Amino acid sequence: MPLLDVRALSKRFGALRAVNEVSFGVEEGEILGLIGPNGSGKSTTFNCIAGLYTPSDGSIMFEGAEIAGLTANRVCHRGIGRTFQIPRPFRNLTLLENVALSAFFGQDRSATRQACWAQAEESLALVGLPTDGRITLDGLGAAALKKLELARALATQPRLLLADESLNGLDHREMEQAADMLGRIRREKGIAIIWVEHIMGVLMRVVDRVVVLDHGEVIFAGTPKAAQENARVIEVYLGTETDA
Amino acid sequence: MRRPSKSALAGLAVLIALPFIIRFSLGGSERYYLHLLIQIFIWAFIYTGWSIMGRFGLTSFGHGAFTGIGAYGCVLLWNYLGLTPWVGIPLSVVVAVVVALLVGYPCFHLRITGHYFALLTLALTEFVRLCIVGLRDYTGGSLGTQPRRYGDGLSIYAIQFETDRVVSFYIALALWLTGLAIWIWVDSSMDRYALEAASQDEEAAASVGIDVTREKLKVTAISAAMCAFGGAIYGQYQMYIGPDTIAGLSVSLNIVFAVIAGGLWVMLGPTVGAVFTQVLSEALRVTIQSTAGLQSAFGSSVLALDTLIYGLLLVLFIIYMPKGILGTLLERRQKKSVSSRIAPVSAA
Repeated sequence: MPLLDVRALSKRFGALRAVNEVSFGVEEGEILGLIGPNGSGKSTTFNCIAGLYTPSDGSIMFEGAEIAGLTANRVCHRGIGRTFQIPRPFRNLTLLENVALSAFFGQDRSATRQACWAQAEESLALVGLPTDGRITLDGLGAAALKKLELARALATQPRLLLADESLNGLDHREMEQAADMLGRIRREKGIAIIWVEHIMGVLMRVVDRVVVLDHGEVIFAGTPKAAQENARVIEVYLGTETDA
Repeated sequence: MRRPSKSALAGLAVLIALPFIIRFSLGGSERYYLHLLIQIFIWAFIYTGWSIMGRFGLTSFGHGAFTGIGAYGCVLLWNYLGLTPWVGIPLSVVVAVVVALLVGYPCFHLRITGHYFALLTLALTEFVRLCIVGLRDYTGGSLGTQPRRYGDGLSIYAIQFETDRVVSFYIALALWLTGLAIWIWVDSSMDRYALEAASQDEEAAASVGIDVTREKLKVTAISAAMCAFGGAIYGQYQMYIGPDTIAGLSVSLNIVFAVIAGGLWVMLGPTVGAVFTQVLSEALRVTIQSTAGLQSAFGSSVLALDTLIYGLLLVLFIIYMPKGILGTLLERRQKKSVSSRIAPVSAA
């Protein structure tokens, strides 16, 4: 049984069918790339899993239990952490408080406060951010804010991490570092990852499988190598020779 | 919980000794000055209650309803059912909390925030005021009513203490200290971080596991309970309650103005706001009533002049001092200490 099993997931906004009967699964410890051009439905699928949207139809099973329609905080308690495409830090809190908050509220069974502060320090260290409790968010750059997003999600002790365009806004060196970090998180923590991205190169190096969406439908599911050779994927996403 | 500092303990000692200091230094006017201090403490408690939720961006104009429910509930249960305020006050507080939760749940669940939340709570205040005025056979309508005096007016059973200003002072002081203790309790809890996060970004807060609706309801319940309790004690002290003095929009506006003036985000800000507004209103009252020129120029309208000045000050505070008196002072002190720390480094 896969860790996450998405079956015939559909999401409509009025007459617009943003996601249409999408199905895929994620195994334990796997990194799955969810890719597609703009408007393909990957963010909608992502937000349905994360509890931000209620699916119109279909089911989302996580560890054998239905989570479709649960609120975002309940999805988090079930063991699914998420990052945002554009970092959304709590600027009125310090770096450590941002993460400790996640450790305290993000787990189903509330841990003690002391344990949460320790977990927050551990998560910050894992992503390479300082653990000093006095550091505020003033002056943090795009890469550091992306790391904070990741640390915040990791502090909730997830078994599945939803990473939303983690490379967006980073330079090439930072992209490589971010990709390596996701790989290390999977190795060290055994966390499965769904990585939504539109920057293909770095992603293909790290993911085990990719699911390609177009116009709200799955057009391909398989290895990164097979995706790069698939005619349909090349046509709708990677571009054809004539496009270039 | 934080240990009180030496200066806080010294300040408390001065406050405890204050009735005796006043007696020996201002003997003739003792009752007046004690009355002023009692008012300051009771209102400071109510303002602190409001800011416990107001500091998290939940700007409510509905707290005039909660003070009204607390005051009227207690007095009506005593006057008509003979129920001691020992029971009446908790019952009134429970009713206020239930009303707060009934209004709060749909607001928070449907993410009604900002101006819309303020307008909705404003409607609640007006609803309660209209109920009080409409039930005039019991409540005295717009003229207000009084709790039935028990014995000589000093009674533990009836929680009546107005006749002894020193007793009243210590009750009000204890009330104010309780308010500060509740502030510290909320401030040092993890819920404070959750509410800070939710006040900035509800979706991001929910994504790290925070039940935003529940957190907001919790702090709303505490805030409403405090204001209802404060309203009930106010009624027991004044031995008179009216829709303009303890329930309704004017009370809600006074609360918001005082907290903004004092400082919304600091523990003693609402207290500074209470001192400022009470002293200001007394100064305006005395000045206006004793100025013959003003009276001849404005006639009976002169009585509303203090409200006009209040409104003007509120506008000025929001524009020029949004952090309030105490918040601004603390910020200046912090900047000064930072610049004094930096100075030797730059000189070197």
